[in-house]
Amino acid sequence: MRSLMRKSRPSRQYHSVAAPRATRTMGGGQARTSANRDPAPSRLAYKVHRLWLTPTFRALLRVGLPIGAVLLTVGWYFSIPENRAAIAEKFTQIQRSVQERPEFMVKLMAVEGATPVVSDAVRQMLPVDFPISSFDLDLEAMRQEITTLDVVEKADLRVRPGGVLEVAITERQPVIIWRHEGILDLLDRTGHRVASLMARNGRSDLPLIAGAGADDAVKEALDLIETARPFGPKMRGLVRVGERRWDVVLATKQRILLPETDPVAALEQVIALDQAQEVMARDLTVVDMRNPLRPTLRLGEPAVEELRRIRAIEFGVDDQ
Amino acid sequence: MTDIYSQQRAMRSMREAAMQRGVIAILDIGSSKIACLILRFDGPDQFRESDGVGSLAGQSAFRVIGAATTRSRGVRFGEIDAMQETERAIRTAIQAAQKMANIRVDHVIACFSGANPRSYGLDGVVELNNAAVTEDDVARVLAACDMPDIGEGREVLHAQPVNFALDHRSGLNDPRGQIGNRLAVDMHVLTVDSAVIQNLLYCIKRCDLELAGLASSAYVSGISALVEDEQELGAACIDLGGGSTGLSIFMKKHMIYSDSVRLGGDHVTSDISKGLQVPLSTAERIKTFYGGVVATGMDDREMIEIGGDTGDWEHDRRTVSRAELIGIMRPRVEEILEEVRACLDASGFEHLRSQQIVLTGGGSQIPGLDGLAPKILGQQVRIGRPLRVQGLPQAATGAGFASAVGLCLFAAHPQDEWWDFDIPAESYPARSLRRAFRWFKDNW
Repeated sequence: MRSLMRKSRPSRQYHSVAAPRATRTMGGGQARTSANRDPAPSRLAYKVHRLWLTPTFRALLRVGLPIGAVLLTVGWYFSIPENRAAIAEKFTQIQRSVQERPEFMVKLMAVEGATPVVSDAVRQMLPVDFPISSFDLDLEAMRQEITTLDVVEKADLRVRPGGVLEVAITERQPVIIWRHEGILDLLDRTGHRVASLMARNGRSDLPLIAGAGADDAVKEALDLIETARPFGPKMRGLVRVGERRWDVVLATKQRILLPETDPVAALEQVIALDQAQEVMARDLTVVDMRNPLRPTLRLGEPAVEELRRIRAIEFGVDDQ
Repeated sequence: MTDIYSQQRAMRSMREAAMQRGVIAILDIGSSKIACLILRFDGPDQFRESDGVGSLAGQSAFRVIGAATTRSRGVRFGEIDAMQETERAIRTAIQAAQKMANIRVDHVIACFSGANPRSYGLDGVVELNNAAVTEDDVARVLAACDMPDIGEGREVLHAQPVNFALDHRSGLNDPRGQIGNRLAVDMHVLTVDSAVIQNLLYCIKRCDLELAGLASSAYVSGISALVEDEQELGAACIDLGGGSTGLSIFMKKHMIYSDSVRLGGDHVTSDISKGLQVPLSTAERIKTFYGGVVATGMDDREMIEIGGDTGDWEHDRRTVSRAELIGIMRPRVEEILEEVRACLDASGFEHLRSQQIVLTGGGSQIPGLDGLAPKILGQQVRIGRPLRVQGLPQAATGAGFASAVGLCLFAAHPQDEWWDFDIPAESYPARSLRRAFRWFKDNW
């Protein structure tokens, strides 16, 4: 009966001894067979698994660990002085190789806007060995150095394409000669020294001023000289007195003492007097305009004698 | 009592923390299997206040993202018997579920079936002076319930207000905001052996997990196996587990009674093992594949090879007919059901309007149980399967997972319990004074 059953219903043959699956992950499902003891993760395995599932830990491992390793390696590499030196040297080498490319080389210097004397002086001041890389040129320092020349009012330095160091110089224009302490200096409009002069004849076209502190009042002096144009060649120059006021010195040893304030008006007053009464053609040594309200004249010695004689005649007093 | 209160409150705050993280694990510690589900919460934003689902503990939609089950070891009668073994089993289940979810869980809500659950019905009354009921009043009335003597070494597992009455109106679900003079509450308190809870706490702590809630397995399987109208009208859920059979009676969507019978599927297995002289694992397998409780003529002809590995041919080729197997199983199943019947009688279940009985749990899958159970329990018996929840694997949809699924629902929509309400303000000063006094005494 049993064997017959087996034949007719083979599907009823069961094998019942297979051990039950101890752990099942539903939906996933790996079957683990065990004998007696059910499998379980050890405490350590469990904790490690939980740690592994911690998002911060994962992030730390994924980001922090590589970064840490790289930092450690780099730090170790740089902690050795030879490596640092080698890297610095390599860097300098590369830097030089770029800087010394022909595109960056400066081959000659062109000085523009300067007289040959100044141009030579500038070339002497800047002892540059051409060709040189434009990276090695400190244009600002060079400009400062050129500007120390009195004659140079403004200097522009730039490296022009084609490897030319262009120095554009604006020179100061001398407008006046200043005699002081036995030296003749050329001054520009602002009173700044331009150059020295060997002899007055060198620049006879320029007016002359003298006296200490005259260079501070060049503008006023120029105004006065302009005003004194009617004197023509009789005019010798201006003298600064006490660093506060001007004297006009004429060729006839005559002096016009001008006030501190508004000297131009005082001078105009004198010129007007001269044109009307030819005052300056008379025998006087000093026209004192220091107080413009009370112009004072100092006569020459013969004129004084003559005046006294005439007065004596007028008053009937004997000459003796 | 306050100790329980603070413990349960700590668990509630732990649950809040888990909700913040959005991941929580469900651990059903049964006698035959330990199931672990990992839930991901989509956050409470899904519901608005106007949807009318606001709850004190907060609600949230969830999805099962990890599930694992392992054979239980070290658990007997739904209680932890061997701590190390249970800890290993919990670890296995948690790790497998974590692996599937690919996420780490720190918070776990657990349920167990044993520990001699005992139900108490409490009532409390408080005067209101014709004012609107506030949350504070609810807390006061809950505190006004006089605690019965629950006995030495017992702890409160659930303390749920099941019914509020305001003046002469009873059956209120939520009295807050209503005006009356006298607020009364009926509270259902479920107590269990504290030693069992201590063991469970210890095991879960050993697994580096934080306990975010504890529930009775009978209660949570009722939540998942009873449909809504059954919960509303009154029904009993019988969770036929491995080591113990849980019984919970629901009415008006609240559990009003719970009990357990310390008999279960393991006893059937051991009967088969003894009766057929086979190892327990074989007996379990035979029970699962060929078990039944109603024999037919066909079963006499269906032979089962029961095998063996002694090397003795005669012994190893033994066969048994299915009818014999049924003959072994049926008396035990009848015994379990009769015990359940006795419990139901003791609870006064026959006074309920609707006497629906739902069988669930792994034991309810025995073929023919739907024929046997009505003979013992009454006509309104059905076999229940747990609710479908989102993301639950097919393998975990069986009746054996009723309590695990119920625990998911419990985690997502917890019933307001006594500890969800603050301690009434007037009892504060005395308590803190006493505590200060004790602190001085302890330290000087």
